[in-house]
Amino acid sequence: MNMSYLLICMGIMAGMTYLIRVLPMAIFRKKIKSVFVQSFLYYVPYAVLAAMTFPAIFYSTGASTGEGSIWGAAAGTAVAVLLAFLRKGLLTVAVGASAAVFLVQMFL
Amino acid sequence: MNRNEFMLGIRNGIPICLGYFSVSLAFGVTAVLSGLPAWAAVVISVTNLTSAGQFAGANLIVSGGTYVEVAVSMLIINIRYFLMSLSLSQKVEERMTLGQRLAVAFGITDEIFAVAIQQPRPLSASYMAGLIATPVLGWSGGTLVGAVATSVLPPMISNALGIALYGMFIAIIIPPAREKRSVLFAVLLAAALSSAFYYLPMLKAVSSGWSIILVTLAVSGLAALLFPIDPERGEEKQ
Repeated sequence: MNMSYLLICMGIMAGMTYLIRVLPMAIFRKKIKSVFVQSFLYYVPYAVLAAMTFPAIFYSTGASTGEGSIWGAAAGTAVAVLLAFLRKGLLTVAVGASAAVFLVQMFL
Repeated sequence: MNRNEFMLGIRNGIPICLGYFSVSLAFGVTAVLSGLPAWAAVVISVTNLTSAGQFAGANLIVSGGTYVEVAVSMLIINIRYFLMSLSLSQKVEERMTLGQRLAVAFGITDEIFAVAIQQPRPLSASYMAGLIATPVLGWSGGTLVGAVATSVLPPMISNALGIALYGMFIAIIIPPAREKRSVLFAVLLAAALSSAFYYLPMLKAVSSGWSIILVTLAVSGLAALLFPIDPERGEEKQ
């Protein structure tokens, strides 16, 4: 592999990723007054996390490569939702979901 | 530097660090198997600190993609960080210096953002430094181990760990959705629209990076119109 090509590509990746992250932080240094913008930003985390989780979670355990089954992922999702509904912590929910996937994949 | 705040950040970063380790391990393994040198995999992890963008970028490099392709795919896949950064810019202490903001911006990832945004008070630079430090260690350490060892965990275990980060996201969005119907509305609509982009014939053509942006803009905009928050209390009027 051509070394300068590799280095330039790595530079572009790092530069673009950082630029996207840094611009809003550097520009919006005062609190925004608009109620609409404040409300919009209040809902962004919930919308973005829900959109990233569904439906990707069903394919997060190797179902797309044929190594795992979608049933394991479905069981893991159900356990995660249940534990979260009971207000368990982040780590508990993450480990509980992984354990459910592991058990279902072992027995199916 | 406030030591307590920093240590609290470190502690809150530990679950993220553990989740990152297994994902970046997979990145290290696949990057090396596809032909990247191990050092390049580790440098990419340290300088990018993101999963989807790195997988896509490494893929493009080994298949000889153009510079423009690399730049545009980074933009599309990572543009969601723009929204997260905008959201965080309103959540950090107003007295945070420009230099501190430039440093904190480097560490905006889905998970760090998720944990930071649910803190009940404004975010200090010390807290953010701690919250970013542990995941960075896990992310680069995992890549290093994966790249060097190139095959470690049996598929049964790595498959099961694949769901861990999504489990964390669920733990963040469900409890507030239980209490506020506006949040429940946003979560359900976003999940439904995102699934539509994944399954419906016409919408399928939209890349997952773009569909997350579009869904986030549409859902947050609609929720803001239907359920404006009380600016004094920083939460929804009931």
